[in-house]
Amino acid sequence: MNRFAALLDRLAYEPRRNGKIRLIADYFRHTPDPERGWALAALTGALSFRNAKPGLIRQLIGERTDPVLFALSYDYVGDLSETVALMWPAPHGLNDTEPPSLEAIVHAFTHMGRAEMPAVLTSLLDRLDETGRWALLKLITGGLRIGVSARLAKTAVAALGDHAPDAIELVWPGLAPPYAELFAWAEGHGPKPETEDPAPFRPVMLSHPLEEADVEKLDPAAFRAEWKWDGIRVQAARAAGPDGRHVTRLYSRTGEDISGAFPDLAEALAFDGVVDGELLILREERVQSFNVLQQRLNRKTVSAKLMLEFPAHIRAYDLLVDEGEDLREQPFDARRARLEALISAHPAEGRLDLSPLVPFPSWDALAQARADPAAHGAGADAEAVEGVMLKRADSLYLPGRPKGPWWKWKRDPHSVDAVLMYAQRGHGKRSSYYSDYTFGVWTGETSGTGELVPVGKAYFGFTDAELIEIDRFVRRHTVNRFGPVREVVHTPTEGLVVEVAFEGLARSTRHRSGLAMRFPRIARLRWDKPPGEADRLETLEKMIGDESHAPRTPAAVLGKQRSPAGEM
Amino acid sequence: MRPEELLHTTPQGLYSPAGDFFIDPTRPVARALITHGHSDHARAGHGAVMATRQTLDIMAIRYGEAFAGTVQAADYGARIEVNGVGVGFHPAGHILGSAQIALDWRGCTIVASGDYKPGADPTALPFAPVPCHVFISEATFGLPVFRHPAPADEIAKLMSSLALFPERAHLVGAYALGKAQRVMALLRAAGHDRPILLHGAMEKLTAYYRTQGIDLGETRPARDAGPAERAGAVVLCPPGALADVWSRRFPDPVTAFASGWMRIRARARQNGVELPLILSDHADWDELQVAIRATGCEELWVTHGQEDALVHWATQEGLRARPLHMVGYGEEEGEGATPDAPADAPAPDAPAGVNPEVAP
Repeated sequence: MNRFAALLDRLAYEPRRNGKIRLIADYFRHTPDPERGWALAALTGALSFRNAKPGLIRQLIGERTDPVLFALSYDYVGDLSETVALMWPAPHGLNDTEPPSLEAIVHAFTHMGRAEMPAVLTSLLDRLDETGRWALLKLITGGLRIGVSARLAKTAVAALGDHAPDAIELVWPGLAPPYAELFAWAEGHGPKPETEDPAPFRPVMLSHPLEEADVEKLDPAAFRAEWKWDGIRVQAARAAGPDGRHVTRLYSRTGEDISGAFPDLAEALAFDGVVDGELLILREERVQSFNVLQQRLNRKTVSAKLMLEFPAHIRAYDLLVDEGEDLREQPFDARRARLEALISAHPAEGRLDLSPLVPFPSWDALAQARADPAAHGAGADAEAVEGVMLKRADSLYLPGRPKGPWWKWKRDPHSVDAVLMYAQRGHGKRSSYYSDYTFGVWTGETSGTGELVPVGKAYFGFTDAELIEIDRFVRRHTVNRFGPVREVVHTPTEGLVVEVAFEGLARSTRHRSGLAMRFPRIARLRWDKPPGEADRLETLEKMIGDESHAPRTPAAVLGKQRSPAGEM
Repeated sequence: MRPEELLHTTPQGLYSPAGDFFIDPTRPVARALITHGHSDHARAGHGAVMATRQTLDIMAIRYGEAFAGTVQAADYGARIEVNGVGVGFHPAGHILGSAQIALDWRGCTIVASGDYKPGADPTALPFAPVPCHVFISEATFGLPVFRHPAPADEIAKLMSSLALFPERAHLVGAYALGKAQRVMALLRAAGHDRPILLHGAMEKLTAYYRTQGIDLGETRPARDAGPAERAGAVVLCPPGALADVWSRRFPDPVTAFASGWMRIRARARQNGVELPLILSDHADWDELQVAIRATGCEELWVTHGQEDALVHWATQEGLRARPLHMVGYGEEEGEGATPDAPADAPAPDAPAGVNPEVAP
């Protein structure tokens, strides 16, 4: 466990992808089986300890520390495992004993009963140092969050020998921890493991955001455009297994198998191949907003009612494999033709349809379509369109994010100048800084009159340097404290104006202002602007009117790195 | 009498109405007593300044000889009367020249400890508890998550990284006054005998430490070092320089940062630090408690940092305790201290909305 804890600790600080790969590969090289295999399982998220819940960890620390001090510490550190690891009052003398191996910990946590859990965990925490406690708690709560994806860990396995990372991906689905045969093959002293999964994940191709300045340099004739759907990227792989029966798997863009969350969709598919598309909820053939899709995500159990109310579909835009034939080395247009043929042959009730191409003679025409999808072919589905995708007609399907072949061109956000009213410390990456900001606009007939009412809350959009500036501002201009929340000065002459960008507005009864912003973020700090010149509520209300033809409801986020909109 | 008649807070800092002087004022005042040379405590422009000889020297190095109208050096342990109030300077263990200031008047003793640390430091006189009625403590690391590891273990992390990456320069962000010299002294104690390369901002202060009899081994200006000398060298710079153009002269460096904040992983990551060194010149949670108990005080006032937790603990211990909610302190290792913050920030005394540090 010591070596693995040290590895996690180093990884937590290493920003460079190559640095991370080297650290992990170095660990694999110097750690014997099966220890390194359990480490690989931990890094790829293949381990799960059902008995270890945050509630138990809170209970154990609660029995040993003052609750007020724990609450203040947790608020400050922003991470339960780390707070407990740092605060844990370890008895003296026990650290002399050899800490247990990772394999022993995995074994204990996999096989022990619920009743034994508190005693076993306490004993381990007593025997580990701060780094060991942190690593153990991260491991058993399943929240490593050290910036290492499964893909990266597999790339480190590849670095042990001369296999490509994609070669590891291809054999991966048939393997189980502790992966002795994989390491033997990777190091060149064992045979290639036989993959038993006929429908493995293929690494996906991603796009770069398009800047206005880029457009000038691109030739519209060389590109195809599609709507950018506001759903979840999904890869549907379907093929016959050794017994002749078809296996269907749905993967997220990172290769996570999400078939279990969408059994209704998996059952309805009837092709043989690998389709790349967007997972969306359709009701009466109309695409629902991300807000609706979200209600189906991250549920522990998928009930029949949930499946009925939130029927999942795939809107397809690429075909990677067709009846066993790999199409990834073919150009986009060729793949598109094969995709269209596959979709037209697919059963109509099969919950699979085609994402249409958006024809455009010029960039200006595409800009118009992007600004108003409803009038340019998206029709009633326009509210689920968040922009357009541009794909070169001759682009091959390349894993990763190659620059040039694919671009995403999102709709322009709205923005207003608002006044910072309250701040709260963040969690995770931003912990210990005041990084959650509630901002407001004026209710009066002119700016600076009436009162400020909160209209939203943003956690990001600012740079790290700006975060430090705002944090300092908050600490120096606190006028009131409500538990973890600080009220900062906000009068017409004193305070901080922030330019807030957002995707849309909706009426909301949850907020005093009657409005909720969708996806708000801090676009700019306006140190130059006195709060008395910030925007008025009326300005925002007019914006709702402006977009009534495309009402976009506030959506929050899971798996899409988006912020909950306008939560107070 | 109430202790507040001897000392209370004002917008400029702690003020003694009985003695008509301020302690570590954040704005220019007629008479100031200064605990130590960090710029958030020691500012230029006061009429009369009283501090230890070393603090006065440090202020003169930073602000020029004319940093105050008149100066008076206080010896550690001596009692001086200022307008009838007894004043004594006692070692705080924070940095070279740092002092706690004890005031006694009409039978009441108040100790304003400034920034302090009870832990060992080869570059500062050790912290000495002073019995008092009211103890004024900082709480920079006033949470039970802050338990500083042994400094030698942290330096060992730097030494092993030097062994692992002998071709890469190791940039160590450290506050130019105090922390930088302590890191040098710790490296020497750990057997590191190569010349240590210094950012320009640390040269004068490091030279001054030497005149005070502190052996820091051989140092060289980083700007004079060629590529061969930079490889595998320890380079000390102010935290702000880590993210600055200055650091780009070192190809592929290992970025380290010596601070008590490195205890919190998110803090280190937020600052792009790859090798966090948990080295603090402030008392940790356990040390705060020991230091406060050692004074035998009945009442605790908490100036800056994590005051809520420390006040809670003190109340549980049966002390009267309250936070002073003072602003303008902690730039050196307080919440504002990061690689992105100016290494030596100016006074934060501008009105809201016209912050001179951040206005474009």
